[in-house]
Amino acid sequence: MVDQLQQLAKPLKGAHIVHINSTRYGGGVAEILHSLVPLKKALGLNVTWEVISGEEPFFHVTKSMHNALQGFPIAISQEKLKIYEETNAKEAERLQPLLEEADFVFIHDPQPAPLLHLTPNRKGKWIWRCHIDLSRPFRPVWRYLRNLVVEYDASIFSMPDFSQPLPHLQYIIPPSIDPLTEKNRELPPKDIEEVLNRFGLDPPLPIILQVSRFDRFQDPLGVIRAARLAKKFVPFQLVLAGGGAADDPEGEAVLKEVQAAAAGDPHIHILYLPPDAHKTINALQRAADVVIQKSLKEGFGLTVTEALWKGKPVIGGAVGGIKIQVVDHHTGFLVHTPEGAALRIRYLLFYKDKREEMGRKAHLFAKENFLITRHLRDYLSLLLALKLEAHERLALET
Amino acid sequence: MHNGKADEAFYIKDCALVSISTGQKVYSLAELLEHLKDIHAGSIYHHFWSRLLRPSFDHPEFHNDFAAWAYHAIHDQILAERLNLVDPLDFDTLEGLRQEIIEIIEERMDESEYLPWTKAEAPFYFVRSQIVVLDTERSIQHPWELGKGVKTMSPGSIFYHFIDARRRTPDKTDDFQCWLKPLKGYESLVIALSHIDPYFNTLTELKEELVLLFEEYFKTRVKNG
Repeated sequence: MVDQLQQLAKPLKGAHIVHINSTRYGGGVAEILHSLVPLKKALGLNVTWEVISGEEPFFHVTKSMHNALQGFPIAISQEKLKIYEETNAKEAERLQPLLEEADFVFIHDPQPAPLLHLTPNRKGKWIWRCHIDLSRPFRPVWRYLRNLVVEYDASIFSMPDFSQPLPHLQYIIPPSIDPLTEKNRELPPKDIEEVLNRFGLDPPLPIILQVSRFDRFQDPLGVIRAARLAKKFVPFQLVLAGGGAADDPEGEAVLKEVQAAAAGDPHIHILYLPPDAHKTINALQRAADVVIQKSLKEGFGLTVTEALWKGKPVIGGAVGGIKIQVVDHHTGFLVHTPEGAALRIRYLLFYKDKREEMGRKAHLFAKENFLITRHLRDYLSLLLALKLEAHERLALET
Repeated sequence: MHNGKADEAFYIKDCALVSISTGQKVYSLAELLEHLKDIHAGSIYHHFWSRLLRPSFDHPEFHNDFAAWAYHAIHDQILAERLNLVDPLDFDTLEGLRQEIIEIIEERMDESEYLPWTKAEAPFYFVRSQIVVLDTERSIQHPWELGKGVKTMSPGSIFYHFIDARRRTPDKTDDFQCWLKPLKGYESLVIALSHIDPYFNTLTELKEELVLLFEEYFKTRVKNG
């Protein structure tokens, strides 16, 4: 794979690539960029990663936009759109020299999408990277955003289901994890024990874990309901671990709802973690017997890949990118309801052999499909295709 | 080329497919039929062949995406079975293959009043792919090295040399036949290769079949002097 990456990077040497997103820490996009940017640099590419900044009202608008694009009928007023546009205009001014001279600009998600229109003297190719589930967007908001992204040279979606008719090439590139980061590398047993002790978890009791932001789309209340239903059959402890992100103003309210729902149950642990608690999450995932990701909407769900990589079967909501990571009955189970999740928890805790077999398949599946090297290869292929204007076949000669 | 020795080595390539969405999706058989008439030919190719490079745990029950969708989303077993038996290698062009699928769907729609408008459980997304061809910097110098050489090939290499080759070689065959044909003394091996139909196999099975063919062929050749 390294040879392949070097071959693909060679014709791109010296090209200036700029990535723009809306948060440096917290959430899957930032995590991917923390790995992808140094790897691209190691291949000899000139890469810059910039984060747009904004006030709280800006992130309220973009969160509403995010929810609307994932299908919630949320109307966004002209006044709010003005905040969105003004923040982008300010950022465009700050980033102008960089954006004008870049050979390739990756704009991640809707937050910085207007930057293309705000950079009329751009010379490079612009790519809109949409990480969210756009399969059934709330139409008025998508119509607004579509006008902002229609002139990009290409866009990237995580799976075909998320793409929308657009007049440019729409690449399908699933996200990935980096196996060498603090969140995914092997941990000695003593580090895992330390984390269990720190949070008062009971090591002999099986652990069911969901790692996610405290977000309604991740259905933490549904997970608590599933756990209560499953506890009638098998004993275990449920851990809901996650944090917030700078661009997610709703997290605190959801956390309070979850804490209230779990109150008084000694076997439900709600852990609010800082965005850099990578080692803690790694330890929790390795300690877990089964990982759950019962999302109602999901762009991709990196926590699913993280769990697969650690050899854990995943019970996932049958939505978005989870459907391509959880191969039903092979790397875990796809479910539609808390009841479905409860049955699968019971099954996986009851049948240890099956759980271990699924775990082995899960690791192999993540290794072959969802590691950062494959992701980087796809990105470099896209850049080369855009540079060479090759649409069907891209042949590299050494 | 002469005396059974190649003038030029067989250069082993690897490849990867990057998927590109057409942005078009359909929710019924009638819609599928309409889109099939003018969808990019690369999309027809993708939905028949790219599954070979997709991750899978089981031997595929369905050999193309149209058959799988007819079964899983439309729940029409008759159509699924008919589509599943279409072998793309029976057609010289993708247009011929397109016409065959259209005819099978039209025939089935004539048999059932409601089927064309049955709402699919999940939409069919038209996708095409871009092939990225990479050098491995490995080569096979002599035909008797073929067994050993193929053993080291990745699934991407097998796809490139045995499947993709049919789109770019003059005779629409695989790269092994192309390399061996001008050499003297390998006629029976070329014929044996031409009898391998890659469509209903996985790439792993195809690789095993090729290795076995090359190893057996050269073992017999050595025995017979």
